[in-house]
Amino acid sequence: MEMIKTVDLHKSFGDLHVLTGVNETIHKGEVVSIIGPSGGGKSTFLRCLNLLETPEKGHIFFDGVEITGKKVDIDLHRQKMGMVFQQFNVFPHLTVEENITLAPKMLKKKTAAEASEMAKDLLNRVGLLEKLNEMPGNLSGGQKQRLAIVRALAMEPDVMLFDEPTSALDPEMVGEVLDVIKGLVSTGMTSVIVTHEMRFAEEISDRVLFIADGNILEEGTPEQIFHNPTHPRLQEFLRKVL
Amino acid sequence: MDFSQMFQNIFRLLTEYWHVYLLEGVKNTMILTVIAVLLGTVFGSLVAFLKMSRFKIVRFFASVYIEVIRGTPILLQLYVFYFILPELFPLLNFTDFIWVAIALCVNSAAYVSEIIRSGIQAVDKGQTEAARSLGLSNTQTMLRIVLPQAVRNILPALGNEFIMILKETSLASTFFIGDLMTSHKIVAGAEYLQLESQIIVGTIYLCITFPLSKLVGWFEKRMANPNSYKNHNRKRALMAGGRIGEK
Repeated sequence: MEMIKTVDLHKSFGDLHVLTGVNETIHKGEVVSIIGPSGGGKSTFLRCLNLLETPEKGHIFFDGVEITGKKVDIDLHRQKMGMVFQQFNVFPHLTVEENITLAPKMLKKKTAAEASEMAKDLLNRVGLLEKLNEMPGNLSGGQKQRLAIVRALAMEPDVMLFDEPTSALDPEMVGEVLDVIKGLVSTGMTSVIVTHEMRFAEEISDRVLFIADGNILEEGTPEQIFHNPTHPRLQEFLRKVL
Repeated sequence: MDFSQMFQNIFRLLTEYWHVYLLEGVKNTMILTVIAVLLGTVFGSLVAFLKMSRFKIVRFFASVYIEVIRGTPILLQLYVFYFILPELFPLLNFTDFIWVAIALCVNSAAYVSEIIRSGIQAVDKGQTEAARSLGLSNTQTMLRIVLPQAVRNILPALGNEFIMILKETSLASTFFIGDLMTSHKIVAGAEYLQLESQIIVGTIYLCITFPLSKLVGWFEKRMANPNSYKNHNRKRALMAGGRIGEK
């Protein structure tokens, strides 16, 4: 079943043509990693999927609905698309628990008691239960990112979008975050992950996309992408990073 | 210069005219300042949101207002409100004090609107993106995520604005509307003791502004601490009758 489909997606920042007509389909339950050089359009592509960036041209379908269409309430669809950012973006003025419960309570998905119960459950899953009443300012980077992940999960999304979730972390904290993501994808959560962690991408992905120069230059299973790359740009990229 | 004579004069002025300085001058200066900053904040918030409007024409008018007020001397603005507007609107039967107060509000609103706008825009864009990605609307994001964080940028700057306005009310003494500087003019004129009276009002101004600026500094420092949000939440929990965190 198609979860997200993009058709001829174009995006420019000024004169810079960042996406040059991307066509891609993400299926339900699929774990897709996106790799590629900086400035190639990976993050922009991901951020277009929940319309944090508005594409100039092209269509995006989410669960069969065209969210790039007019008169679409994007807020409603975003509730079903969790997103995790490179810079965590946890809410510093709310406690750890409130970070998680804010959206489900505000958007009337849960009562206060249900939301609180779920927050504890989620925090327990990522080993942060004892931080329930802490302010995020007192958490380490890895803890903040784990909080950001469960905050997104609290909306019970159909798909999770990860935008370089470990790039801003100190090296010793990368593992704890990757473990949480691994645990999550093993539950069958549809995930799209922009990452520089090649080994991680190889290990967890069903499919890998190589994006450079504004488009998907090669895609395939981790085995194909990492061990039998055909596109010269991908071969060059892997030589540099591996 | 005879310092002992000067001190005697100061002492005499204080014993004879303390009520003119304090009960008249300081009182009116404080009233003007509080009115200007309070209404300036209300009106300034409105202007700030107009300046961030998605409609170009609205942004344009907000900009014109801000640039005109910030680009012209406050004394000139006081002239306009004191001499010209009462002529243009003879039906508005305001006292001089009120006209001056209005002028100060209009002036303060322009500065406060920039304080508020920059306070809001200083909140990391990622905060908005995270909130929107969870499905919160633009308004919900502004009210629950951006504004609570912007307040800590805005409050100290508002404190500084209060100090600025407090000093600028002295210009209103041009029209003898009874502020602290007017008190000085009255006393100095009656007693021919310019320097002594200047020392007195200068000291009074300092006695008000110095603790205020220390307070603003303390507040800024406190705001920089991530745990300061905790107190705010605790207060909110108390007000809501809720349970306070176990910590």
